[in-house]
Amino acid sequence: MARTIETVAEDLRTPSPAAILRKRIFGHYGLVFGIAVLAIIVALALFAPLLTPHDPYAQDLMARMKPPFWMAGSDPNHLLGTDYLGRDYLARLLYGARISLAIGLFAALISGLIGTAMGVAAGYFGGRVDLVVTFLINVRLAMPVVLVALAVVAILGGSLQVVVCVLGLLLWDRFAVVMRSSVLQVRDLEYVNAARAIGCSTRRIILREIMPNVVNNLIVVATLEMAHAILLEAALSFLGLGVQPPTPSWGLMISEGKQMMLFEPWLIAIPGVALFVLVLAINLLGDGLRDVTAPENRG
Amino acid sequence: MLMFTLKRLGLAILVTFTVSLLSFSLLFMSGDPASAIAGENASATDIEAIRALYGFDRPFLVQYADWLFGALSGDFGQSYYFRVPVAQLIGERLSTTMLLGVCGISFALVTAIPLGVAAAMRPNSLIDRTALFLSVMGQAMPSFWFGLVLIVVFSIQLGWLPPSGSSTWKHFIMPTVVLGYYAMPAIMRLTRAGMLEVLNADYIRTARAKGASETRVMFKHALRNAVVPVVSLAAVQMGFMLGGSIVVESIFALHGAGYLAWESIARNDLPTVQALILIFSLFYIVFTFLSDLVNAWLDPRIRVG
Amino acid sequence: MSEPVLKVDNLTIDIPMAQGTLHAVRGIDFELKRGETLCIVGESGSGKSLTSLAIMGLLSKKMRCNAARLDFSGIDLRKQSPRAMRALRGDRMAMIFQEPMTSLNPAYTIGDQLMEALQLHRPVGRAEARARAIELLGKVGITAAESRLSQYPHQLSGGLRQRVMIAMALMCEPELIIADEPTTALDVTIQAQILRLLADLQREMNMAMILVTHDLGVVARIADKVVVMYAGEVVEKGSAREIFENPRHPYTRGLLRCIPVPGKTKPGEHLGSIPGIVPSLIGKVEGCAFRSRCDVAEAACASDVPVRRTGEDHMYRCIHEVQAGAPS
Repeated sequence: MARTIETVAEDLRTPSPAAILRKRIFGHYGLVFGIAVLAIIVALALFAPLLTPHDPYAQDLMARMKPPFWMAGSDPNHLLGTDYLGRDYLARLLYGARISLAIGLFAALISGLIGTAMGVAAGYFGGRVDLVVTFLINVRLAMPVVLVALAVVAILGGSLQVVVCVLGLLLWDRFAVVMRSSVLQVRDLEYVNAARAIGCSTRRIILREIMPNVVNNLIVVATLEMAHAILLEAALSFLGLGVQPPTPSWGLMISEGKQMMLFEPWLIAIPGVALFVLVLAINLLGDGLRDVTAPENRG
Repeated sequence: MLMFTLKRLGLAILVTFTVSLLSFSLLFMSGDPASAIAGENASATDIEAIRALYGFDRPFLVQYADWLFGALSGDFGQSYYFRVPVAQLIGERLSTTMLLGVCGISFALVTAIPLGVAAAMRPNSLIDRTALFLSVMGQAMPSFWFGLVLIVVFSIQLGWLPPSGSSTWKHFIMPTVVLGYYAMPAIMRLTRAGMLEVLNADYIRTARAKGASETRVMFKHALRNAVVPVVSLAAVQMGFMLGGSIVVESIFALHGAGYLAWESIARNDLPTVQALILIFSLFYIVFTFLSDLVNAWLDPRIRVG
Repeated sequence: MSEPVLKVDNLTIDIPMAQGTLHAVRGIDFELKRGETLCIVGESGSGKSLTSLAIMGLLSKKMRCNAARLDFSGIDLRKQSPRAMRALRGDRMAMIFQEPMTSLNPAYTIGDQLMEALQLHRPVGRAEARARAIELLGKVGITAAESRLSQYPHQLSGGLRQRVMIAMALMCEPELIIADEPTTALDVTIQAQILRLLADLQREMNMAMILVTHDLGVVARIADKVVVMYAGEVVEKGSAREIFENPRHPYTRGLLRCIPVPGKTKPGEHLGSIPGIVPSLIGKVEGCAFRSRCDVAEAACASDVPVRRTGEDHMYRCIHEVQAGAPS
């Protein structure tokens, strides 16, 4: 009897859930844009060897600092020009996408595993476990990420693996915070209690009853943290204490171009825009997923 | 209120000690600190001498306790590179970073809160979309690259602002914008979300039913309640910003603590790095502690009863 | 005969929605004199709260509100600027809401909020506003009024908060007070106290009162006039006595059947209910909206429904001409 006109109206017009989801995804321009751009960048990174004949490491000291195609004196052989060592900028950009994506992916994976384990444990068990996890989150938040990452990478040496591990070990805080609160929300719902009542093991309850209901939030945080890791790697490499030369990292390219930005601003513009577009796409994807899957947005 | 303060204070102190332990153990991550100081060509006896001199031969916890008691009295040891007390080194640089941090957070708050309020007042309007656009851009923009772009445009092309240094107020404009823009999106979004939520609250309708003007409804009744989470976020962002000052200071060659951190990391000057990590953490801890107190004061549900 | 405080004629409220226009309120009319209590009765979504918000000028901007007449003490509310409406609200017309738990601002003390209600409309100092606040808290039955002023809403119980809301509405001695389900969120024992308080204050201050409710038991005790709304429409209205003694519309009869009468209703007896749900009001609404749930519906109910009048003020909207006292 207490049903309002609105809910009734909604009932009458409700199409299938799949159709609603489809409509919500395609009705969300940011999400569509994010997916499309990210797909293009991933394709460019995967097929880099097919898209450019150049080796990103090959130096050609005779053809240094060639400008990109839109400027006078450009070389059709080097569409985006060459850097101060004569390396093809397009090739470095394409192979650089691999570095950024790999770092983002693996750092998010490591931090996701750590943060999710901590957050789920804190949310599910509560009590002392929760106290300890909350305390660890506080400690982690208090540490200045850039500074600690720089220091550790400087001590251990700047290889790709080290950067990924350091970022992975530093960026788990948001996973833990979000997972903890998500699990807290579903922990005492009827169906979880029901599973407990019929004697399911804790492991089974967490994996089968709780995780499927919080996985949306997990994916959203994972995308946002991936963008975060990519930005941080670029910043570390830019400061000269991340991935080491001659690896084609976008942050490193900006750092190398910085010496000559007075005369050749495109040297920092190209990798900078690439970095910006990649991070933008991932963020839009994450924000979009959150909007689309948020239960309060239904209808 | 007293209980609340004491609890938060206890937590803050515990966090500080844990961070100090972690930043101290950094020294031992590299393996043998003595050989690192001695350099690559040092003989075994040199390394042994350095080990004894710096006390690296003692147990880890003893060294930590020693360092911690020193730190508590303001003594962070000698800088390996600059050969002066670390405390003195940092003391000289800290004011620049603090100034930058205050400017940055002020810039962020002054732009983000009005934008967030305006966006919430008219969802989906032009101003809302502009605010959203600015925040999406800000979140994707690498701040070091943004800094370089500003230098290219305002220093090289237009010649309005000095590209580096810290001698006049003009030197602080671009760093402030870069640092502030980093913190702005989150504050803007939270202000907008908070205002939207609060504007739907029943007490806002009550205020309107009393005959309060829209301005009064917005600023006296809504913002006061929406600002509570923003205070915490601003404190967190301020802590992050000081930690992130390392990037901004190195781009603009501002000789603050962040720049010092970059120099000391590049030069393997571990005592300085340890001290800086501890000090930047301490800033974050103090800011969040203060913001909790401010929040408790702003929200009578915590303050009273 | 005194001039009515409020005169509403053919009030409609439309809400544009993605799926079409929702005709939430369709052609309401009633009038109210000083000292009278009008009860608007209906289930959730019948448009009764929207009607009261429309009178206060508090509808959200997305909603479209039209009326042939919307007069308050000789002032045409349709033509008032937002500024003029603001001057009326809280001063000459005041409103009490359903949710006392959330209707007070958690950031300010009771005293601040009470005094604001007066100071927005009267050029009085803090001391005077404070004195008035204490006076009214006393009036609504709050003891130790002085010490309550410095308390925050979260320190008070629901019943006390609703008393504070009432005091706040009365700060400027309004001519019209609208109470939108003021007791729904409260415990049953408190409900009775608050209603008694409202009724007493209304008589004492000689206000006109609109009480929006879905509780006919409440209506029976304090109403002078009753408007029964269904799906955005007045299906029946008249003096309280007429409505209770000679209900004509099948919906009103259905509602009355749902109230147990002490001494008459036997233990375990079926209390009656109205099966079904309110139809969608999106798009054009034709015929009687109640026909899908009505026992006596006919094919003709899908077309225009006549407005019938019996006696002086008693009006209902049904194709059946029901005899007074017909079996229900």
